[in-house]
Amino acid sequence: MNENRNVKIRVRNLTKVFGNQPKKALEMHKEGMKRPEIFDKTGQTLGLSDINFDVYEGELLVIMGLSGSGKSTLIRCLNRLIEPTEGEIVIDGENIPELSDKALLECRRRHFSMVFQNFALFPHRTVQQNAEFGLEIRGVDKEERSKVARKALEHVGLNGWEDAYPNQLSGGMQQRVGLARALANDSTVLLMDEAFSALDPLIRGDMQQELLELQHRMQKTTVFITHDLDEAINIGDRIILLKDGAIVQIGTPEEILTHPADDYVARFIEGVDMSRILTAQHAMRPVRATAREEDGPRTTLRKMNENGIDSIYVTTRDRKLLGLAEVDAVEQAAKEGKDTIRDYLTQDFRAVGPDEPLHNLFAMFSEKSFPIAVVDDSRKLLGVVVKGAVLDELARAAEPAEVGADESEAGTDTANENIAAAGDA
Amino acid sequence: MAIEIPSIPLGGWIEGGLDWLTSEYSIVTRGISRVTQTGIDGLNDALMWLPEWGLLAIIVGLCWWVANLRLGIGAALGLALIWNLGLWEPMIETLTLVVIATLVAVVIAIPVGIAAALSERLYKTIMPVLDFMQTMPAFVYLIPAIPFFGIGSVSAIFATVIFSMPPAIRFTTLGIRQVPTDLIEAADAYGATRSQKLIKVQLPMSLPTVMAGINQTIMLALSMVVIAAMIGADGLGSEVWRAIQRLRPGDGFEAGIAVVILAMLLDRVTQSLRKGRKT
Repeated sequence: MNENRNVKIRVRNLTKVFGNQPKKALEMHKEGMKRPEIFDKTGQTLGLSDINFDVYEGELLVIMGLSGSGKSTLIRCLNRLIEPTEGEIVIDGENIPELSDKALLECRRRHFSMVFQNFALFPHRTVQQNAEFGLEIRGVDKEERSKVARKALEHVGLNGWEDAYPNQLSGGMQQRVGLARALANDSTVLLMDEAFSALDPLIRGDMQQELLELQHRMQKTTVFITHDLDEAINIGDRIILLKDGAIVQIGTPEEILTHPADDYVARFIEGVDMSRILTAQHAMRPVRATAREEDGPRTTLRKMNENGIDSIYVTTRDRKLLGLAEVDAVEQAAKEGKDTIRDYLTQDFRAVGPDEPLHNLFAMFSEKSFPIAVVDDSRKLLGVVVKGAVLDELARAAEPAEVGADESEAGTDTANENIAAAGDA
Repeated sequence: MAIEIPSIPLGGWIEGGLDWLTSEYSIVTRGISRVTQTGIDGLNDALMWLPEWGLLAIIVGLCWWVANLRLGIGAALGLALIWNLGLWEPMIETLTLVVIATLVAVVIAIPVGIAAALSERLYKTIMPVLDFMQTMPAFVYLIPAIPFFGIGSVSAIFATVIFSMPPAIRFTTLGIRQVPTDLIEAADAYGATRSQKLIKVQLPMSLPTVMAGINQTIMLALSMVVIAAMIGADGLGSEVWRAIQRLRPGDGFEAGIAVVILAMLLDRVTQSLRKGRKT
């Protein structure tokens, strides 16, 4: 779906060398030398090398990597808080590395709002004055900026705190102020540098959720830096994995989880233990509709129609799974005037036990787009798992409280709701 | 017999330089002298024009307002003692010199301090100069002051400004430099210009440190103004000086205690200003 979107920021061949002889380091890099080698020979650190990616309009792009991977450098190159050594960063037709100082200020004001890991609120300013900062810098008159800032504070749930000072607020609230400062500025791109990493896990989960809602509502192009894969999976439309200053993989959370580009990514994903701890029954949803083996094709078609699905699981009277009926096959049966769909079933689907780890389900989705059937030992149909639910469940479970473990015997329809409720609490 | 090494005529050079300055820039020094003298006389007259009890009430009120009632009461007792000892006029003269010297010092020091904070090169040039200014024995400044400005209060101001200015510069520089880099980065990220950064972030955040520097400057100014009695500055210092010459320890201590009271009042008031008024 991303392919059709407008590109907001285009980054090409971005390279950053830290040190006083960047030219020499660049040459060595072009000759194919790696970071440690270049450092040994010249003392120059290759912070970023040959970074290429696009940020699409309205997406939430997560740049993920461990410390030292260059993610903070990368986000700071975008608005030139760190001067890139080489490469192109084009936003709305302007190539940022080539801008004059004056044009750069203008560009930062118009395009970039930044939220920082340690909040970076101004301690001598009230919450309201902090939120107004960007507008004040742009010379917006007092009345207007007060109005806009108030609204931004409302968006992040801080109304009533306008006159407080940052040191009177908790960490979570301080970061809300940071977010309000960014939102009030109404720039075209939101840069979030490990924005939630300094918060405790519960608050972090809430903030992620709120960011998702805000992002959904405002469709603001967001570049989010994190070292936490769970966070990346939870909030990212797409994820860029960074290692030693180079991109390892770009893809949707699903793509990264199912097709890790190399061992490094694969090992990373192993860190998402939840996919091993959680099992099919956690992500399982009740089956919306099933057909009976004795149902006629027309009845079956109507059931499918009513539920807006194009394949349906067929069971016996005591809910033993027989097979899957696809809409084409059922239509064929109707055309041929058969009075039962029994002979038109396919076995080309996946059925798993309720204890199957979610981790194993990823691969199955990539083969077939049908929901995966969850059956018990006697092949009784318990429910289905759809693609989105697996990721949802992982993302929720990435939050604390070990909800997955406690819910394990609630192998019924309500398991989902319970987990969801626990996750939100 | 040892080889005779001719001594470097450092003193001669300095004297030559000072003579040259005095003769070449006499118009400038005379101008400065006149302006400063007018300032001193004006402030002094204004403070003396007020009746003793009136000024006392104003100072007590000020202490109460910026600090607390306790300092107000302390000020009332201390000033009443000075009045009672008959040292009111010299105290006012000293206060005038301190106020004017501090004003001049701060007006010079803050821009210099800001500039040194923002420019690494200036910082490196100015720090040794400040070391020189602070460690040179205070009396030495009195000597060239006389050919420049003649005997009296203006020379005292000149020597005092040089002696008391360094802490204000240092603290201003320190205050601006210790603004956390992530806040500077935040200001940059939102597209602040250098002057916006300075006015909206660096200066307000360094204010407590700058105030600490001004407090130091005031204290140094007071000590120097007293010493400047040796080149004819009026005030409590000249009371002490007279007591030395006549060998009258009683008079000397009376004047000394007045200096202590004045110092404590100035210190407490500026410290309270720094911490912000308590409610």
